[in-house]
Amino acid sequence: MSSKNTVPFAGTKAQEEQLLQVISENKEERGALMPILQHAQEIYGYLPIEVQTIIARELDIPLEKVYGVVTFYSQFSLFPKGKYKISVCLGTACYVKGSGDIFNKLSETLAIDSGECTADGKFSLDACRCIGACGLAPVLTVNDDVYGRLTVDDVDGILEKYV
Amino acid sequence: MYRSHVLVCGGTGCTSSGSEEIIQALQAEIDKNGLTSEVSVVKTGCHGLCALGPIMIVYPEASFYSMVKVEDIPEIVSEHLLKGRVVTRLLYNETVTEDGMKSLSDTAFYKKQHRIALRNCGVINPENIDEYIGTDGYQALGKVLTEMTPDEVIQVVLDSGLRGRGGAGFPTGRKWQMARNFVQDGGQKYVCCNADEGDPGAFMDRSVLEGDPHVVLEAMTIAGYAIGASQGYIYVRAEYPIAVERLRIAIGQAREYGLLGNNIFGTDFSFDIDLRLGAGAFVCGEETALMTSIEGNRGEPRPRPPFPAVKGLFARPTILNNVETYANIPQIILHGANWFASMGTEKSKGTKVFALGGKINNTGLVEIPMGTTLREVIEEIGGGIPDGKKFKAAQTGGPSGGCIPAEHYDVPIDYDNLLAIGSMMGSGGLIVMDEDNCMVDIAKFFLEFTVDESCGKCTPCRVGTKRMYEMLDKITKGQATLEDLDKLEELCYYIKENALCGLGQTAPNPVLSTLRYFRDEYVAHVVEKRCPAGVCKALLSYTIDADKCKGCTLCARNCPANAITGAVKEPHVIDQSKCIKCGACMEKCRFSAISKK
Repeated sequence: MSSKNTVPFAGTKAQEEQLLQVISENKEERGALMPILQHAQEIYGYLPIEVQTIIARELDIPLEKVYGVVTFYSQFSLFPKGKYKISVCLGTACYVKGSGDIFNKLSETLAIDSGECTADGKFSLDACRCIGACGLAPVLTVNDDVYGRLTVDDVDGILEKYV
Repeated sequence: MYRSHVLVCGGTGCTSSGSEEIIQALQAEIDKNGLTSEVSVVKTGCHGLCALGPIMIVYPEASFYSMVKVEDIPEIVSEHLLKGRVVTRLLYNETVTEDGMKSLSDTAFYKKQHRIALRNCGVINPENIDEYIGTDGYQALGKVLTEMTPDEVIQVVLDSGLRGRGGAGFPTGRKWQMARNFVQDGGQKYVCCNADEGDPGAFMDRSVLEGDPHVVLEAMTIAGYAIGASQGYIYVRAEYPIAVERLRIAIGQAREYGLLGNNIFGTDFSFDIDLRLGAGAFVCGEETALMTSIEGNRGEPRPRPPFPAVKGLFARPTILNNVETYANIPQIILHGANWFASMGTEKSKGTKVFALGGKINNTGLVEIPMGTTLREVIEEIGGGIPDGKKFKAAQTGGPSGGCIPAEHYDVPIDYDNLLAIGSMMGSGGLIVMDEDNCMVDIAKFFLEFTVDESCGKCTPCRVGTKRMYEMLDKITKGQATLEDLDKLEELCYYIKENALCGLGQTAPNPVLSTLRYFRDEYVAHVVEKRCPAGVCKALLSYTIDADKCKGCTLCARNCPANAITGAVKEPHVIDQSKCIKCGACMEKCRFSAISKK
């Protein structure tokens, strides 16, 4: 993971205030760490070590515990995502209908691998497990847009919409 | 009163194919035609026939419009809703007969279904508690709280024969009984709902949450009364934003109506439910891992015993049931144990929801009585396999399950039969594969999944699944020996016996079941260095049939590796040493002159 290129942390004062607010609202609940991390990722877009440090300090738990939880779950990201987040479903229903080829084509075209972001910060690529739209297999999403019943030939056209 | 109701599916499948835009266009068009006070648009949950989405049903006629486009809306509104003339051209063709319209329940897809868990999905507006109450919602809770003792509730659930729909099939009533009987100090107990539907290709729990969220709240409250708990948690995947939103709305409405909170129905019973969101870890569908995750930790499983009914969430007695299991509870309470037990097979009662996916015409959700055969599900309900291809296998149980080959096409589906033929019920994903799918590749696909999702706590799973994946990779690349096959099998049994939790113990199942039924395919990869289905790239070779090739040069121009040579109007040749097996030539060839094998 550490070999990946990333950008310096650029959190604002306003974001930090928002985070502190979320922590104080949730800290008394049992098992509050997960919901707080989810909110924090909504605020910052990802969970850099600086954000984890604030959470550890405010909840009065070791940073390693926070880091341990962040790295366990695939939806928490230590790195910023692209402006357009592409997720290709590699669930079974999509896979048997050829979503692996679609993923490879995207990876080739964007020259990035799963979990990475293009140098201009525009696209990031992830393989996801079943978004439940199996009736439309194979499926990919770009942010909140869903594209279904795809073939490899559709990939270029989809990317063009966001360039 | 409205004279017409238009139900538009707002489940994930139809939303993904644009049903939100349909609803907006429809409402605008209705307003434009001055029908606002006569026609009501209702956004419902899933109808099941996801392959035909977006789906729209107009009542009272029950006209079933499929694959609706925004462009169709003005015609549907002006013809059907204004003038009362059904737009037959846009109906689901199965419902159209020569002398008019066939009822939806008579179509092949719905005829053999029996909807209990899904009974409200696609029927009511899930964001309105009144519609749930209008279809007998919260009646079972009222009956339980005012007429039944906790022991009577548990007895009904026991007698119904209901078994856990999450996959393992443990009797639900026994679980409740264990938690009820554990009275040590009179302290807190918990009721949890497993809505972390992780099996790829299974989406029945999502559909229940999206289409009928109150049924889960009602059932959990009943469970709370039965075991003596006052707090519930629903652990739901963050990948299901629509389900999460509707649950939030439902919990808010139930609290407002006094159906959650203190002194429900004026009794001294109090119960509340909170949501917890998952964060993308498959192992959290395992019950002990799920509870560890709710506690705010890495979602690693714990050894059992102690079982959750004794020492679960926050070290307190806890019951954990799956969404579909809960969805059956209110109906069992209302109609009685005998009613439920009259459906299904000897040891598997009631119905089961399956998500049909893969190479099948009617992809979508179906709820069938236990004991229905695979043939009925695939050929009749599922509408068979597209493009005239041959059925090869059905995969059930996701990464923990196995493949069912054609020879077991007529086995009645229930928990015990599926186990006996080397698969399992699982949460209900049913992926159909045809002759173009390579079974070794499928096994490898599942192992890649398991390797990725193994939490790393125990060695058999962390290291063992990785080694299995490597062996499968060798096989698909034609580098394995027959000895590797034996080693692979041995490793499978070792992991099954020694892994800590259900994820590890069942991880070898996809390999074992494909080895059992499709060993010849493995052998073909190993001995003949050939992939019979034509999937494993390293073992493929593309060749040009000189008789069919017209020398149009299209393939040569499209080959990214410049591996194809030949003069214009002369047969071309592929240089196998340069070919990267991308298949571009075969796709482009207009004369079907290129084949792979």
